[in-house]
Amino acid sequence: MQKSSINARQDEIIEAFSLLDGDVEMASFYLMELGQKLTPLPESDKVEENLVKGCQSKVWLKTELDQDRIRFSADSNTAITKGLVSLLVNILSDQKVDDIIHADLYFIHRIGMDRFIGTQRSNGFVAMIKQMKMYAIAYKSKIESKAS
Amino acid sequence: MSSNYETLNKHGLDIRKIRAEFPILHQQVNGKPLVYFDNAATTQKPLRVIEALTDYYSGYNANIHRGIHTLAEKATSAFEESRRAVKEFMNAPEAEEIIFTYGTTDGINLIASTFGRANIGEGDEIIISSMEHHSNIVPWQMLCEETGAKLKIIPINDRGEIVFEAFEKMLSERTRLVSIVHISNSLGTINPVKAVIQKAHEYGAKVLIDGAQASAHIEIDMQDLDCDFYVFSMHKLFGPTGTGILYGKRPLLEAMPPFRGGGEMIKEVTFEKTTYNDIPYKFEAGTPNIGDVVAIKRALEFVEAYGKENISKYEDELLQYANERLQTIPSVKLIGTAQNKISVVSFIMEGIHHFDIGMMMDARGVALRTGHHCTQPLMDLFNIEGTVRASLSLYNTFEEIDIMVEGLKNIAERFK
Repeated sequence: MQKSSINARQDEIIEAFSLLDGDVEMASFYLMELGQKLTPLPESDKVEENLVKGCQSKVWLKTELDQDRIRFSADSNTAITKGLVSLLVNILSDQKVDDIIHADLYFIHRIGMDRFIGTQRSNGFVAMIKQMKMYAIAYKSKIESKAS
Repeated sequence: MSSNYETLNKHGLDIRKIRAEFPILHQQVNGKPLVYFDNAATTQKPLRVIEALTDYYSGYNANIHRGIHTLAEKATSAFEESRRAVKEFMNAPEAEEIIFTYGTTDGINLIASTFGRANIGEGDEIIISSMEHHSNIVPWQMLCEETGAKLKIIPINDRGEIVFEAFEKMLSERTRLVSIVHISNSLGTINPVKAVIQKAHEYGAKVLIDGAQASAHIEIDMQDLDCDFYVFSMHKLFGPTGTGILYGKRPLLEAMPPFRGGGEMIKEVTFEKTTYNDIPYKFEAGTPNIGDVVAIKRALEFVEAYGKENISKYEDELLQYANERLQTIPSVKLIGTAQNKISVVSFIMEGIHHFDIGMMMDARGVALRTGHHCTQPLMDLFNIEGTVRASLSLYNTFEEIDIMVEGLKNIAERFK
């Protein structure tokens, strides 16, 4: 199956959010719906070492390397945050390590995320992105050291 | 309850007139009229307080106490007028017993660092309650670590009230200080502080009352309570941020070593020795927060204009209405159901995280607080991570409670 690119997936999200017309309440309901669709992590994965640091809510992030692509799975103890992390999982999961490292996540600005989530949650959201990119960098060096 | 003229006139309070004094309330948040229910965190400021700040900075800003020129004279006099207004407000015996601080936390730290270090030693005991804010826990833990004193905790019952008999049993000749919250910020419980003070005094212990939540809602009377120290923050009492009050009995304040060193707090300085100034100045080192302190007087005038008794009665009705309405939502569980409480309603909703509730209610323009409210040990006792808290003030209305309850019902439906 042809995997859609990071930007193609971002564009889909931008389009979906444009239908919400900037309504903050609609956006939070939409995020919750997205979160509900995300496959939950088993309880055994909801452990300290999978926690993303810097989030007010609890966010657990797990990765799996499949050749040169990373599969992300995530969960959260709050519904809206689960929706937020699901956006990132949808965009970045099953993408190439290099593409994840260099991803320009322009959808955040384009959907007006700061209006929906405020500064405190924005910091948490940035922490999630940072964590995902860190995984990609770590996998890249692992792949390279194997190749050499 | 329908929106009509009657609901806006209660106990001699014209709520519409009161609301007109608060410019911030008349705005839209996320396209909805703002419903501000986070008054336990900070209250909004009436126009007269905002104007007092503008008047000070545009009319007589000057450093106080030592200036000989006219502006310094005016600023000093306004600053000291605020001190006298606070003395009247809390019925303290003397104005010199009123120390200006930066807030409740600052006041508690002052007592811990001065009275605490001078009077509490190894094996001595400090008693606090289970419902304290972190700011009335951590300074004492620090002091205990430093001195080898012991911290004892008064337990609470399921309704969120202290178990008085347990407190009585804790008292001993080793008890040096009882530091207890007048009204719980998380639950709204009004503690029987007068009885606590009397009992503690029988054992020669001193008593500090954290009045952060009490000052805006019920009468606080130092001569009636007979407490040794009382602290609160002006920003929870319609005043500016960065100002707080510490009341202490004169002999105690005089015997206490100073807190911070610097200007204002000294009588004479040579490189060999410094003699300290008299109270209250001994505890007000450096240039104080003059502009904000000056505005305090107007905040107290605001409360006095409407009367604490009227305010309490109206807020009690708001509380009762909020309780009744919230109980119509099956998934809501109230946390803190003390018989004697102020207009703070804390609750959880089955299956919905408090952060989600807070965010969805904000989308509807309703400002609620969610989380542990800086009382993590208390949340642990209730075996919860946090609550949603609506804390109401005299400018809130029954209609606003309806808006909140409708929003919560909608959320409950979505999560079914």
